[in-house]
Amino acid sequence: MSTTGNEYDKMAKKASPPSPKAVDCIKAFLIGGTVCCIGQALTEAYSLLDIDKDTAKTLTSMTLIVLTALLTGLAIFPKIAKHAGAGTIVPITGFANAMVSPAMEFQSEGRILGTGSKLFTIAGPVIAYGCSAAFVYGVIAFIFKLY
Amino acid sequence: MPVKIGKYTLKLQSNPSVIGFAGVGGITEGEGPLAEEFDFIYDDDKAGQESFEKAESIFHKEAVDRAVSKAGKSKSDIDFIFAGDLLNQCTGSTFGIRNMNIPYVGVYGACSTMALTLALASLFVDSGAAGCTVASTSSHFCSAERQFRLPLEYGGQRTPTAQHTATAAGASVISTHTKNTPCVSAVLIGKIKDLGIKDANNMGAAMAPVSGRIRP
Repeated sequence: MSTTGNEYDKMAKKASPPSPKAVDCIKAFLIGGTVCCIGQALTEAYSLLDIDKDTAKTLTSMTLIVLTALLTGLAIFPKIAKHAGAGTIVPITGFANAMVSPAMEFQSEGRILGTGSKLFTIAGPVIAYGCSAAFVYGVIAFIFKLY
Repeated sequence: MPVKIGKYTLKLQSNPSVIGFAGVGGITEGEGPLAEEFDFIYDDDKAGQESFEKAESIFHKEAVDRAVSKAGKSKSDIDFIFAGDLLNQCTGSTFGIRNMNIPYVGVYGACSTMALTLALASLFVDSGAAGCTVASTSSHFCSAERQFRLPLEYGGQRTPTAQHTATAAGASVISTHTKNTPCVSAVLIGKIKDLGIKDANNMGAAMAPVSGRIRP
């Protein structure tokens, strides 16, 4: 047998069972849609309480984060996410889960060297590059405002 | 004495015997088709410990203890123990066997650890360097996931090719040839064959080339 890496890659891809894309998409759409509907409902509900729109949106994000953290802690979130895929990763629920899961996982290594240092292992890159991108955007916006 | 036959195969002329062996498993293993084959199934993947790593050490210790007693030996009869696991610095095995007072050879071969330890333990017996040796290994799904992949609570999707690391430990006691026992008659050490699989969730494809390429 003398297979090159390229040929082998093709063989492996052919032999590996594919993800059920259609089913995955439908599940992601339905569950992701539900998350968004809950978010919208929360915004509307907060608006009814005589809260201005921006604050209502912030409160909505916070509520979703707390709910996700709670569900992650109760080991319910991973069960939903297993089906939802991008449906729960893309909304703010994905971010909340990415923060809470390492915090829980590394708790056994102590508060400082465990939870403290490993807290950002998944969400860290998003925060680092998100802030960097925001900075670049800010500079560009500033330059355009000058003229 | 081992003799080289062919290009890489080592023939163990004395046919060292596996005089005792034991395996312990976790909850998932207890629900699987091989449940009956285990000597003991833990109903708690943490085995009463505060971390999965400590639990893995308990699993490892339990497997060695059981194998040695099934072989009708005591720890002082063992000349060398060859052990390994998946964790950093092989903590699963070293912490598990630290109180056994047996000269220890740490082996890291990932999925091949059990085969490697068994090969080395048999070679030592066959060469006359040892009268009785132990080969053992352990892995834990939870400690392996967090070392190589993502936290357990992370809401990701597993691909259809994703594998599941066993939460289990196994040990074999090797000694000079004894009638009616399984024996190790030859050893073939594998080569590294990397055909460029980069997907950490497709270990099957990464490892398959070895079995296809090795010729005795």
